[in-house]
Amino acid sequence: MKLADLQKIAEQEVDFQRAYKYRINVCCSSGCMPLGALKVLEAFEKAVKEFGVEKECKVARTGCPGTCSVGPVVVVEPGDYLYQNVTPEKAREIVRDHIVLGLPAKDLLYSNEQFFKKQKRLVLRNAGKIDPYRIQDYIAMGGYSALVKCLATMTPQGVIYEVMTSGLRGRGGAGFPTGQKWSLVARAHGSPKYIVANLDEGDPGVFANRTLAEADPHAILEGMAIAAFAVGAEKGYIYIRAEYPLAIQTLQRAITQARSMSLLGNNILETSFKFDVELRLGAGAFVAGEETAILASVEGRRAMPRPRPPYPANSGLWGKPTLIQNVETLANIPLIIMNGGLWFSKIGTPKCTGTKCFSLTGKVNTPGLIEVPMGITLREVIFDIGGGVQKDRKFKAVLVGGPSGGCIPETHIDQPIDYESLKNLGAIMGSGGIVVLDDQSCMVDTAKFFTEFCVDESCGKCTPCRVGLTKIKGIYDAITQGNGRMEDITVLEKTSVYIRDASLCGLGQTAPNPVLTTLRYFKDEYIQHIKDKKCPAGRCFKTKEGEQ
Amino acid sequence: MSKEDNRRMLLEKALKEYDFQASALLEILHKAQSIYGYLSKDLLMDIAQSLHLPPSTVFGVATFYSFFNLTKPGEHIVTGCLGTACYVKGSEQIMQAIEREFNVKRGGTTADGKLSLFVTRCIGACALSPAIIVDDEVIGKATKEVVIERIKQLLGGSNQ
Ligand SMILES: Cc1cc2nc3c(=O)[nH]c(=O)nc-3n(C[C@H](O)[C@H](O)[C@H](O)COP(=O)(O)O)c2cc1C
Ligand code: FES
Repeated sequence: MKLADLQKIAEQEVDFQRAYKYRINVCCSSGCMPLGALKVLEAFEKAVKEFGVEKECKVARTGCPGTCSVGPVVVVEPGDYLYQNVTPEKAREIVRDHIVLGLPAKDLLYSNEQFFKKQKRLVLRNAGKIDPYRIQDYIAMGGYSALVKCLATMTPQGVIYEVMTSGLRGRGGAGFPTGQKWSLVARAHGSPKYIVANLDEGDPGVFANRTLAEADPHAILEGMAIAAFAVGAEKGYIYIRAEYPLAIQTLQRAITQARSMSLLGNNILETSFKFDVELRLGAGAFVAGEETAILASVEGRRAMPRPRPPYPANSGLWGKPTLIQNVETLANIPLIIMNGGLWFSKIGTPKCTGTKCFSLTGKVNTPGLIEVPMGITLREVIFDIGGGVQKDRKFKAVLVGGPSGGCIPETHIDQPIDYESLKNLGAIMGSGGIVVLDDQSCMVDTAKFFTEFCVDESCGKCTPCRVGLTKIKGIYDAITQGNGRMEDITVLEKTSVYIRDASLCGLGQTAPNPVLTTLRYFKDEYIQHIKDKKCPAGRCFKTKEGEQ
Repeated sequence: MSKEDNRRMLLEKALKEYDFQASALLEILHKAQSIYGYLSKDLLMDIAQSLHLPPSTVFGVATFYSFFNLTKPGEHIVTGCLGTACYVKGSEQIMQAIEREFNVKRGGTTADGKLSLFVTRCIGACALSPAIIVDDEVIGKATKEVVIERIKQLLGGSNQ
């Protein structure tokens, strides 16, 4: 395929889609599938035939528009009418009223405009709009034109310059400037060079990367191809967790389609540029998302981190220069190339540009997947987008950044969301998990939960993490069973600081965050547990039910 | 052809597909687990030989990753999510109820070999939390009652 052919495909596809007056997008992503999305899809296909409107109404299988709590979700275009809790019966009603009679079925519509008002969907631009199984859908939305632009009109240095100008920072947790990383890999000696796209998403309670892969797999592939062009890589791996079967299948199909259209492989778009992508499956290890551990895992070994330097940019897969990038970071790249780094740098805040996807869950009224400009406050996310706390209970804290994040109390939720503010609060951006807790959650129990998680997931290579976390867990067991002592608080604090400062990798270095933040903001709860043997939320001090 | 030969052939196909590369060990283990249901000692030895890897390496990898089962699971598998979103919404309580009702501990299998109970940390269905997987079906917004009822149906079915 040549550059001009891509243009032609886009035009043909746009014409093809314009022939339809309506388009019904049925979300068939992992959120809606267990609720019966496939039956709903079938029902729509049947209903348009039954009413004889299949020539004017296209029924499409799409990814997730984000409102996972009211699934199965269906969007009717034009007008973006979002229907909630759709059943096969309701599907027929929607076709009859909306498509045949032209009257949207009002009582089935999703009424919460608030959910979308403060969002800005760049990475998720196509999510819920295109069929992830059809590369033509992506091309019609302007997909792969950024790759074309790079190959036809830009130099690798020019691409890196745009990414640097954009101010884009890594979305996988640490927030390292992406352009800078690219230039390190580009300048590194050694060949071949590799790219690893990180889709391990090990933070339990986060599904943003999964949703992206299921809704718009080609955005990830295009981002990878552009990165490969910029740094001079020939081979890429997407490391994805095995718990995501639908995302794996969607990406695999996307890779096959991209290869068949010569958007991956040798002589991409009839140029001398070659790049291919393969999937590598994770197997349930949180630490495998860490950048040196992921290398070991892709090579087929135990996912054990190693000290840095050498950094992967110089010595990564099989000792060769390797660019490791989160998939959300990569999905931003086509936009930056098409609109320019300067355009991107004006979104968000000056030091923290662009948007971020968050999985909003816990005791919030409208959980789901959201994308917001950097710099928005946690309050806006929880109360405006999320609709506040469920059942009008009292907001207690918000967990940001998963097991290595922190618990932030109400007094601090007016802070803007960016890497630095979150760090100052004792949390991290992490992979974008926001879990809302109400007064039924116990902060001691929450810190204990995360500590147990990190004990399970510690790879055991370095002593501070392996032994220190186990020790902390023991103290939590004592406190929550009524055997706590006041000295324990100091021991928790001290041990946490040791673990943070002395651990080998990011897992140990951040694992004490939940302990430290709960101690910082909710110390009185610890004291109540220890002195009064009371758990205000009523979670602790139960002899474990079911234990014999 | 016996069932056993058939499985070995599928494994051989997977090995060939990955060109007997040691770096594809995880992929091969995934394939082997989906073919055989779990990774027995003999199977791991077989894979080690095929990939020309020391058995210790293969065992080391198989035991490192929690996704791999090294013992034979029950006829039916229930997996409870103990990820953050599900935990906050009470999945721990559901797990305890299942343990009590069917007399099985997480990570274990009932004495009659009918039911295994496993734990996972997030399947990405967090907006539907708590999520419990019963065989291949994901039950979202799960309650004790619904899950226990579903498991009883399955167990009842397999008795007939
Ligand atoms: C314990 C641990 C787990 C991690 N898990 C992930 C993950 O699941 N996904 C991810 O993209 N990055 C993860 N990271 C961050 C990666 O090490 C790395 O910084 C990132 O993939 C780089 O890509 P970025 O610059 O695009 O963010 C993890 C880090 C640590 C320490
Ligand atoms: S935390 Fe259970 S599905 Fe994510």
